[in-house]
Amino acid sequence: MKYLDEFADPEVALRLVEQIRARATRSWTVMEVCGGQTHSLVRNGIDQLLDGAVEFVHGPGCPVCVTPLETIDRALALASRPEITLCSFGDMLRVPGSHEDLFAVRARGGDVRVVYSPLDALRVAEAEPEREVVFFAVGFETTAPANAMAVVRARALGVENFSMLVSHVLVPPAMAAVLSSPTRRVAGFLAAGHVCTVMGTRQYDALVEQFHVPVVVAGFEALDLLDATLRVVEQLEAGEARLDNAYTRAVDRAGNERAQRVLAEVFEVCDRTWRGIGDIPASGWRLSGAFRDYDAELRFDVGEVRVDEAPDCRAGEVLQGLVKPDSCACFATTCTPRTPLGATMVSSEGACAAYYRYRRSGVATGARAHG
Amino acid sequence: MCLGLPGKVTEVFEDRGTTMAVVDFGGASKQVCCAYLPEVEVGQYALVHAGFALTVLDEKAALETLELLRSLGTVADELGGPELGGPELGGGPGEVGA
Ligand code: SF4
Repeated sequence: MKYLDEFADPEVALRLVEQIRARATRSWTVMEVCGGQTHSLVRNGIDQLLDGAVEFVHGPGCPVCVTPLETIDRALALASRPEITLCSFGDMLRVPGSHEDLFAVRARGGDVRVVYSPLDALRVAEAEPEREVVFFAVGFETTAPANAMAVVRARALGVENFSMLVSHVLVPPAMAAVLSSPTRRVAGFLAAGHVCTVMGTRQYDALVEQFHVPVVVAGFEALDLLDATLRVVEQLEAGEARLDNAYTRAVDRAGNERAQRVLAEVFEVCDRTWRGIGDIPASGWRLSGAFRDYDAELRFDVGEVRVDEAPDCRAGEVLQGLVKPDSCACFATTCTPRTPLGATMVSSEGACAAYYRYRRSGVATGARAHG
Repeated sequence: MCLGLPGKVTEVFEDRGTTMAVVDFGGASKQVCCAYLPEVEVGQYALVHAGFALTVLDEKAALETLELLRSLGTVADELGGPELGGPELGGGPGEVGA
């Protein structure tokens, strides 16, 4: 798809950088919510090119990073049971639990399998009726439609040896929590584009109104991010606070209404603890009453789990935009992607992993097309 | 897991009552569930999350955005700088020290 690459055009990117620098009369603090956007900003060196005009603080939009430690420990406990096959997205395998990760459980003989889609996990359950297949259903609004459809299908097909360990999180309540914090620094948001493919841009209306904050929906390429940043800065300079969409090729106001209907049937809103951040009211989805018989936590008693976070890890502050990853003493010393102390060093969406990959030696990269 | 991938729809078919598609992600083809996007057509680009097509990428919107972005900073400098003397694109504002 030719025009996708063109959204990384370095020449146009540099012109946009100039535009933003010309507009900004001070340094504005802008949060990019999604971890994929963090990676793109750091990889392209956009944060460095805009130094002095915009300070990007990296948001909590990394599902691997915020899945509660307790839930990771539950997954580990389930995967350790001989009758259970635990299916998971690949990036959850190296996430540190209190004492180990899913890789370690697998090395000890646990049946842990990586799947690309929850429907693959359902297929495993169909093919191996003697196993109890548990799908580790995590993620934001983007993965929720897939996970919801897996239980809908399981019921329709009468697959009884399938269940899910559900720990979904929702983006707008996390943005509200950032804005409600007494240490709030964020003046505007680049909102995660792909979340809107499901829920539509209208999900941010209430946030803009309540907190009087500019929210610009952004894509993931260099030009998408710069375009959205320019629009945020223009609003801030004009004292405005509007919802704007800089990602019209992929998202609209309504989102995918078919998916929204299924989500409303399968899930219900619940309070959720975010790893490193804490409790955020009404910030998650769990299985609704109608689908509770697919809840792995109810089907298998894993008992009490006692959680234990690595004491030196500052991932919580990183996730709230309070410190940058390279200010952590463990960064690239005791903590690396191979030996992560915190979840933010694990995933391809975690801020610590992004800095490790592109910023370890402190080299400025400049805007470039693809890393 | 969270990053959606755009791919080109090369085939649409039915499987036990659900619309499915074969989507080409730059060489690697995968079967994708279109329960949420049953109207998808061969030749379109769809955004896929965890094996599910969720939206069709709008080519017209993409080209319009590009057009707009390319025009930024190449027209007369609204901020009081000298006017660009003709089609000297690229060599102009882009090179001003960051
Ligand atoms: S570098 Fe490692 S230890 Fe430090 S905050 Fe990031 S994940 Fe935690």
